[in-house]
Amino acid sequence: MSDRIFGAVCVLLSIFYIWVATGIDLPFLADPVGPRAFPYIIGAMLLVGGAYPIIRPDDEPHWPNLRAWMEILFAVAIMVAYAMVLRDLGFVASTAIASALLSWRLGATPIRAALAGIGIAVGIYVCFHLILGLSLARGPWGF
Amino acid sequence: METIDSLLYGFSVALTFQNLLLALLGCFLGTIIGALPGLGPSNGVAILIPVAFSLGLPATPALILLTSVYYGAMYGGRISSILLNIPGDEPALMTTLDGYPMARKGQAGEALALSGIASFVGAFFATVGLVLLAPLLVKVALLFGPAEYFALFTVAFATLGGIAAKNQAKAAIAAAIGLAISTIGIDVISGSTRFTFNEVHLYDGIDFLVVIVGLFALSEVFLFLEHRGEGSSSVDAIKVGRVTVPWKMLKESAPTMARGTVIGFLAGVLPGAGASLGSFLAYSVEKRIGDKDKTFGKGDPRGVAAPEAGNNAAAGGALVPMLSLGVPGSGTTAVLLAMLLALNITPGPLLFQKNPEVVWGLIAALFIGNIMLLLLNLPMVSIFVRILQIPPKYLMPAVAMICFVGIYGISGSTFDLMVMVVFGVMGYFLRKLDIPLVPVILGTLLGSEMEKSLRRAMQISDGDWTTLVGSPLAIGLWIFAIVGFVAPMIFGRIVRARQARTITSEANDQD
Repeated sequence: MSDRIFGAVCVLLSIFYIWVATGIDLPFLADPVGPRAFPYIIGAMLLVGGAYPIIRPDDEPHWPNLRAWMEILFAVAIMVAYAMVLRDLGFVASTAIASALLSWRLGATPIRAALAGIGIAVGIYVCFHLILGLSLARGPWGF
Repeated sequence: METIDSLLYGFSVALTFQNLLLALLGCFLGTIIGALPGLGPSNGVAILIPVAFSLGLPATPALILLTSVYYGAMYGGRISSILLNIPGDEPALMTTLDGYPMARKGQAGEALALSGIASFVGAFFATVGLVLLAPLLVKVALLFGPAEYFALFTVAFATLGGIAAKNQAKAAIAAAIGLAISTIGIDVISGSTRFTFNEVHLYDGIDFLVVIVGLFALSEVFLFLEHRGEGSSSVDAIKVGRVTVPWKMLKESAPTMARGTVIGFLAGVLPGAGASLGSFLAYSVEKRIGDKDKTFGKGDPRGVAAPEAGNNAAAGGALVPMLSLGVPGSGTTAVLLAMLLALNITPGPLLFQKNPEVVWGLIAALFIGNIMLLLLNLPMVSIFVRILQIPPKYLMPAVAMICFVGIYGISGSTFDLMVMVVFGVMGYFLRKLDIPLVPVILGTLLGSEMEKSLRRAMQISDGDWTTLVGSPLAIGLWIFAIVGFVAPMIFGRIVRARQARTITSEANDQD
C-alpha cells in the first residue's frame, strides 16, 4: 500500500511539474530546445516511473509505531525551531538547547543530556569558530 | 614518462606542511567516520563538504582533506565489522563474515592488522591504476561532443543501481526527482525563471550541498530515533591485544590480496558497481579458489584480506570515471563531485589540462594519505576502538549540529536550514520506501550540465533530434545505457539471491 501511495504522489507531482513547465516564459530569442523541453522529459520519466509501483508495489516497509513517529516529529520540530531562533539566541545557546533536547530524546537522562548539549555547543564553537575561524550565528551576547 | 613527470609535479603540490596536515586530519576523521556504524563514507564526506567549503580552503587542499576522509572511511569500516560484527559501512559487510569469527577466536589484533594491510595494498595499487588509466580515458573523453556527453550522463543514471539493483522504476523515480530539483531557479541559457513560484530564495536554485547533507546525514538522525534502544552493542567483550600479523599469515594471504585488488579495482571503474560489489566479488572468488578445507566463514584470514583489498581498491577505481569523465560511478564519488562543483571546478577531460595541479596534487595526496592510514591503523587502532564506544545518544546530536553549522557557514541563510530539514524528512521516507538516494543526489548535481549538453547539441544541429544518435560513439553509449538499465531486471534477482545466500550461509556456519 505504501508503494501505491508513493507512486500516486509521484504521478500527481509529475502532472503538476509538467503543468508548471508549460507556463515557463519563452524568451524572444530562444535556442531550438528552449527552457521547457528538459522539464517535460523529466516529468515524463517521473510519470512513468511513478506508475510502476502503483501496478506492482514492493513489500510493505516496516513503519515505526506511533511512539517512534512522535519522536521523529519532535526531532523535526526541534530542528525547525533551531533554524528559526538561531539568529535571535546566537549559536551557542540555541545549539546547546537543541542538542540537549535531541540527546534526551535519544535516551540520555535529563542532566546528562543538558551536559551533553553544553559540551557539543561549546565544543563546536571552539573547534569551528575559535580554531578554524568559521562564522557562526551571533546572538545578543556575541556568541 | 609524461605520467611520471605529472606525478612528481603532484607530489610537489601535495608535500606542503598545510596539505600534509589536512591529509592527516582527513585520514583520522575518515577512519572514525568509517568505523562508526551508521555513518558511511558518503555521509562523512557530505557532512564535511560544507565545513571545508565555508573554511574558504582553496581547491587542492579542500580536495586533499575530503579524499583523505573518503579513503579513511573505507579503512575504518572494517573496525566495527571485526569487533562488533556490525559493518561500519556497506562495503565492509563482507568483512564481518570472517573478521568477527577471528575476533571471537582471540585473533582480533591479527584480523585488524591483516585487514589494515589488505586495505593498504588494495588502495595503493588502485591509486597506481588510477594514475595509469585516467589519462587514457581522458584521451577518449576529449572526442566527446555535447551529444555524447548527454548520452554519457544517461549511462551514469542507467547504471547507477548496478547489477544488483532491486527496482529500476524506483531508481528512475529517484533520478527524476533529483533532475527536477536541478531545474529549480533561473535557467542559465534563456534567463527564464523556472519552478520558483515567485520565492526570491529559489531564484538561485537549491544548493546541492543542502540537498546532500539533508538527504544523507539528517535522515540518518531520524532513522536512529526510530530504532533507539534497539541493538545496543559493546566493544568490551572483545580484547584487541597486540595489533600485529604473523609473517606466515601475511605470506598466505598475499595472493588473496592481489586477486582482491584486481577484482575490486575493475568493479570500481565500471559504472554502477562500486565498493560493495567489489568486496562481494573479491570474497566469493577467493572462497571458490581457496575454500578447500571449508574454513571460510569460520575465521579464515583470507576471508578478511579479500574483501578489504577489494573494497579499498574499488574506492580508488571509482575515482577514475569521476575525475576523467566527470561522471561518478558511486555514491561517495558523487559526493566528491559535489565538492568539486562547489569549488567551481568541473571534472572531466578538461580538468587534466586546465587544472593539472588539482588532479595530480590529489593523486599524490592519495598516496601520502594511504601511507598515513596504514601507520594510523596499525599502532593506533585502539584509539579508534575507544571512539566506537561513544554512545549514539551523544554522537547523533553532534552530527546533526555539525550539519547545521556547515550549511549555515556557506550561506548564512536560515532558509537553507529549513530546506535542509525538509530534505532530511524526505530522505527518511525515501529510505523507508527503498528508493535509492544516490540517483537523487546525482540528478541534483548533474542536472544542469546534462540539460546544457542536450541544448548545446541541439543548437549545433539546429533542432534536429537525431543528432543525439549521430555518431558511433553516441550510439555505443546509448546501447550501453539501455543494457545497463535492463540487465538488472533480468540478472539482478540471481545476483541478489547469491549474495544473500553467501551471507546467510556464512553466518550460520559461525554457530
